Amino acid sequence: MIFLELFLAFFKIGLFTFGGAYGAIPIIRETVLTKGWLTEGMFSYFLGVAESTPGPIMVNLATYVGSDQAGIAGSAVATLGVILPSFIIILLIVSLLRSFIEKDSVQAVLNLIKPCIAGVILAAGTSMLLTNLIESVKSPDFSYQGAIIGAIVVGVSIFYKKVRKKESSPILLIVFAAVLGIIFYGY
Amino acid sequence: MKKFRTLLDLFFTFAKISAFTFGGGYAMISLIDHEVVEKRHWLDEEEFMNLTVIAESTPGPIAINSATYAGYKCAGIVGSVIATLGMVIPPFVIIYLISTFFRDILQIKAVASAFKGISVAVAIVIIRAGVKMARKILAKKRIRIALPALVLCLGFAITMSGYLGGFHVSTIWLILSSGAAGFVIYAVKSFAGRKSR
Repeated sequence: MIFLELFLAFFKIGLFTFGGAYGAIPIIRETVLTKGWLTEGMFSYFLGVAESTPGPIMVNLATYVGSDQAGIAGSAVATLGVILPSFIIILLIVSLLRSFIEKDSVQAVLNLIKPCIAGVILAAGTSMLLTNLIESVKSPDFSYQGAIIGAIVVGVSIFYKKVRKKESSPILLIVFAAVLGIIFYGY
Repeated sequence: MKKFRTLLDLFFTFAKISAFTFGGGYAMISLIDHEVVEKRHWLDEEEFMNLTVIAESTPGPIAINSATYAGYKCAGIVGSVIATLGMVIPPFVIIYLISTFFRDILQIKAVASAFKGISVAVAIVIIRAGVKMARKILAKKRIRIALPALVLCLGFAITMSGYLGGFHVSTIWLILSSGAAGFVIYAVKSFAGRKSR
């Protein structure tokens, strides 16, 4: 049943995501691709929307995938699934286990989870970039448009940081890339 | 009646935070600080520090973790439900509306082209976040980072190999096994420590 499947999939995502939205992206990507809920392209496209609309990115993705699969009820179920683990865990910690997080053993566990997630995020980003550049690993088809857009976006990101001394917001880069997309891929 | 006012206040404060922050949880933390600590005094500075540590080290969306925590501190379990709902409802409505026409507008050539460009930027934004996270982890003292650095490389290599069609391990298993490794190392260390004493 699709509702139960959505709920369980997003519950699992909510339960195993550390480090905010970027930690979630690889897991959500893996889930929607294996379940066949979204194609690689649709996932990146919608991620662009999720980054440029307000609210937690994980909630945005859950709402979208749920709605895309099973309408408004589907989006409610997926969203509930993604927030429920957080909700339960935080309530447990604040009400019962006040100093749980500061325990050395918990810190030791988190100390290795965090680098693992950083590695996974880097790999997810790299493979998403590769998909844009060569379509698929098995039959590579190099897209020079993708390469040019990528180079310009990286350039803008670095330039912005040098000049403004802070990181450019994802939305700025996304809007910029949208314009480049229209220029290079035609309208 | 006063309690009802507080709950209403909680709901709208978190709805406002959610509706006006772009870019997810980390961006939200400073807004929560502004609204919840400075303006409304629901939490003091120290409790807010606790909130950020807990929200960042527990699983799930950081925004939801923070809303649940602040809501509970302010008005108990009901408060945490209300604050979390406030956090969820605005994006839920916005995204649901978008989802009803998203596939249709992608049929328009200009929109499809724009999104092809966007997906390049999205990949770069993700890599940038990963690099930032890796730098933060590796910025510590030299001996301390050997193990995290190894785990980072393994996480990267195994995930990449899965993508390239080789050996595949699901991300959840990778996370669980690195956590388990952390625990085992901690247990061995503290056991050895006790013995030498």
